[in-house]
Amino acid sequence: MNFIDRRLNPKGKSLANRQRFVRIAQGELKEAVARSLEKRTITDIESGEKVSIPTGRIHEPRFRNAASGGKRDMVLPGNTDFVEGDTIQRPPGGGGGGGGGGQASPEGRAEDMFQFTLTRDEFLSVLFDGLELPNLIKTNLKDTMVTRPMRAGLSVSGSPSNLNLKRTMRNSMGRRLALHRPRLADLSLIDAEIAAAEARGANESALAELREKRERMVTKMRRIPFIDPVDARYNRFTQQPKPNAQAVVFFLMDVSGSMTEAMKQLAKRFFLLLNLFLHRHYRHVDIVFIRHTSEAAEVDEQTFFGSRETGGTVVSSALKVMREIIEDRYSPDDWNIYAAQASDGDNFAQDSELCSRLLTESLLPVCQFFAYIEVYDERETAILRNEANASELWRCYRRVAPEDPRLAMKRVFEKKDIYPVFEELFTPQRTTA
Amino acid sequence: MAGRKGRKPLFEGSDWNFDTLKRTYDAIAGLASDRLGLDTYPNQLEIITSEQMLDAYSSIGMPVFYRHWSFGKRFSIDEQMYRKGYAGLAYEIVINSNPCIAYLMEENSMTMQALVMAHASFGHNHFFKNNQLFQEWSDAEGILDYLQFAKRYVARCEERHGLAAVERVLDAAHALMDHGVDRYERRSRPSLAQEELKAQERREHAQAIYNDLWRTVPVIPAKPEAGAAADGRRAEGGPPSHLGLPEENLLYFIEKFSPRLENWQREILRIVRNIAQYFYPQKQTKVMNEGCATFVHYTLMNMMYDEGLITEGSMLEFIDSHTQVVAQPSFDDPRFSGMNPYALGFAMMQDIYRIATDPTDEDKAAMPDLAGSGDGMAALRKAWAEHRDESFILQYLSPSLIRKLRLFKLDDNPRLPHMRIDAIHDERGYARVRRALARQYDLGSREPNIQVTDVNLHGDRRLMLTHRLHDGVGLDESDARAVLRYVATLWGYAVRLVGIDAETETTVYAYEVDGPG
Repeated sequence: MNFIDRRLNPKGKSLANRQRFVRIAQGELKEAVARSLEKRTITDIESGEKVSIPTGRIHEPRFRNAASGGKRDMVLPGNTDFVEGDTIQRPPGGGGGGGGGGQASPEGRAEDMFQFTLTRDEFLSVLFDGLELPNLIKTNLKDTMVTRPMRAGLSVSGSPSNLNLKRTMRNSMGRRLALHRPRLADLSLIDAEIAAAEARGANESALAELREKRERMVTKMRRIPFIDPVDARYNRFTQQPKPNAQAVVFFLMDVSGSMTEAMKQLAKRFFLLLNLFLHRHYRHVDIVFIRHTSEAAEVDEQTFFGSRETGGTVVSSALKVMREIIEDRYSPDDWNIYAAQASDGDNFAQDSELCSRLLTESLLPVCQFFAYIEVYDERETAILRNEANASELWRCYRRVAPEDPRLAMKRVFEKKDIYPVFEELFTPQRTTA
Repeated sequence: MAGRKGRKPLFEGSDWNFDTLKRTYDAIAGLASDRLGLDTYPNQLEIITSEQMLDAYSSIGMPVFYRHWSFGKRFSIDEQMYRKGYAGLAYEIVINSNPCIAYLMEENSMTMQALVMAHASFGHNHFFKNNQLFQEWSDAEGILDYLQFAKRYVARCEERHGLAAVERVLDAAHALMDHGVDRYERRSRPSLAQEELKAQERREHAQAIYNDLWRTVPVIPAKPEAGAAADGRRAEGGPPSHLGLPEENLLYFIEKFSPRLENWQREILRIVRNIAQYFYPQKQTKVMNEGCATFVHYTLMNMMYDEGLITEGSMLEFIDSHTQVVAQPSFDDPRFSGMNPYALGFAMMQDIYRIATDPTDEDKAAMPDLAGSGDGMAALRKAWAEHRDESFILQYLSPSLIRKLRLFKLDDNPRLPHMRIDAIHDERGYARVRRALARQYDLGSREPNIQVTDVNLHGDRRLMLTHRLHDGVGLDESDARAVLRYVATLWGYAVRLVGIDAETETTVYAYEVDGPG
């Protein structure tokens, strides 16, 4: 008998099984995740998600007896007042009245929906599966390349900090074995032998022989070093070029009085999705939040989503701030610049013209992509679905859009529009078209 | 606190460490072999966390297993049940291997560890080692190595042929797992040398008994119709004899004779088939296996208490847990979900012990061989070695136990407007209740009887399966069609399943699935 303590063994042994399962259920999960997004509040967008998916693909069929039909009998415990020959009503739902004894139902049976809890990472990877930041890769090619050291086998020379101990010791050990270098244990063995011989009072010649033997061992140990420069192996690194994935994204949002709370919610949702998406796909993404009423200012994330403002609307103010920040901090030569703007399109008269000019002249030329999201109150949906009834700002942008593929425009009416719009904007095929 | 008999108990309180585990194990081992006469594989006890227990669940408790999404699915079901608190984790998992591996959960109290050791490492272990079904059908020596091989083989196939291709085969094989076991020893195919030897022996025998007299007996010419009928059958494309039809091991048949499968696919089918075969005895001995283990842990814990090796507090904790395990709710109780194998098994083991040592007149009349034989443990060990659930219940379910459990048999005939109580716990009913309960544990009646009956070798290579319906119980149609689609992907051509009523020989249904083309 023996006890083995396995508590420190790695857990998550079935992780690979889980990944396979998530992959199998990918299609169904994607739908379920998009559906669940409508119901989520903004605050829990970072957490995992419990989803229900139909058991179509993940059902495991077996040849098994039908639940009803045919002549059946069953033995049950706990009879109180039946006697032989009694008849009783069939329980509702017909059939065998529950699997007696031998017919325990297998798991998952008779369940059309399968409940499944996704971790945050799984949730996001399903949510953003197949979406890419548009045009990023394309521009990267012309950008300067960054190199990064990558492991590339071993070498016989290098800096001491890169010494590969395991390989070095392996070589050292092999060399010592091959050359029969005496071990310390051998030495202490012979020392003990000498001591024993001395204590025994053995004759001189025998002692001398032992001492000489010891001397030979010591010499040999000195001649054959424990570690020789020949043994040393160093980890080798090569400089691997890495695409420069440096990007900055501007979030512009109208927080003026004409934006109702519901509309802000829609805009927030869009930004949050974008935010999650960027954090997930790219390590080095700077995010700049600019909100505006009649005046614009750069704020931090908390203020951007958190606090409220009232006032008029001058959209161009935000665009101007964006231009200034680009000039200040994000040279288009070093950065891929992206922007997403959300507004209700309710702009100060004459400002829309200025906006489209700012856009075409100074912003679009340096941007990879500029998304404009126009949000509407749900109550306006009926009237405004028709694009002819769109806002002044929308029409101004519309004139720009056909000439410049970098400008994408979408109108959002309800919460459930957000994800499809998002998906459409960031699906690679669309943006390359 | 000193235990009874004034001896110092092995442990006090709920904390455990490896030292107390070891001492307790030794005490249990001594009692198990000396007093109960148990004969076990060497034990290996592994301490794991609850998360590792969940992991172990998803691969049917085995320490290594190949990868498949269905295990991930099972894991998420178990995890959810556990997190929501619908289901506790089992205290232990035990593996039929040599050495016999049992998992102890870190969270268990010391009393529970003692219980688990007695239950798994001695109860189950003895059963695995001695039961004839396990001896015959599962290879405790080789299983872990085989699983290791299986895992590596499947992983290599995934690398070479792609996840999706391997998954297709595994999905299909899993669907047929219940019909991938041999129920009888397969006839070994004689080698050519053996055949020749046999032929020679036959010739020699014929020469030895040659008697010229037989030549003079007038020969009746063979009836021409019989020959024609046999020829006709051939012409219709009856199954050639080398296929060994009918064949009830569908996976075996497909593995050996599918015209389309590649070698690695056949090997995967073989792996699934071997694993199904390994678990086949466990499916047939749920009541006995749990009954044996429960009886053993109950007896051992009581002995330890009597010896003063465990404290009264531990004993109370044990009794509380044991009582929950062997609870059998009545049929009209909302908690009822079928017969509890632990309850039925434990009750029967106790009953056998009682009949062997202290029988009533009724027992003597019902089981003359067993009643009063004197040595309860010997009687139990014999039963554990020789039976499976069905035969065990048929043999040992005594009238007094039927009364105690108040068993009754309920008939549900769809042709009648009501369900009918066919038998209760009285003189007239014992035999019928016993027979019906035994039948419930007969895999042969629980799982549909489906066999390969024909292959159209001369035409479209269609595979013919026949399902013989008993008591008119059909198949779940949507599942059956789904499985047939899987069969078709493995077979490579169309598959047809015909349901034939075993009593009337009439065709009840026929499902057909086209080949994958």
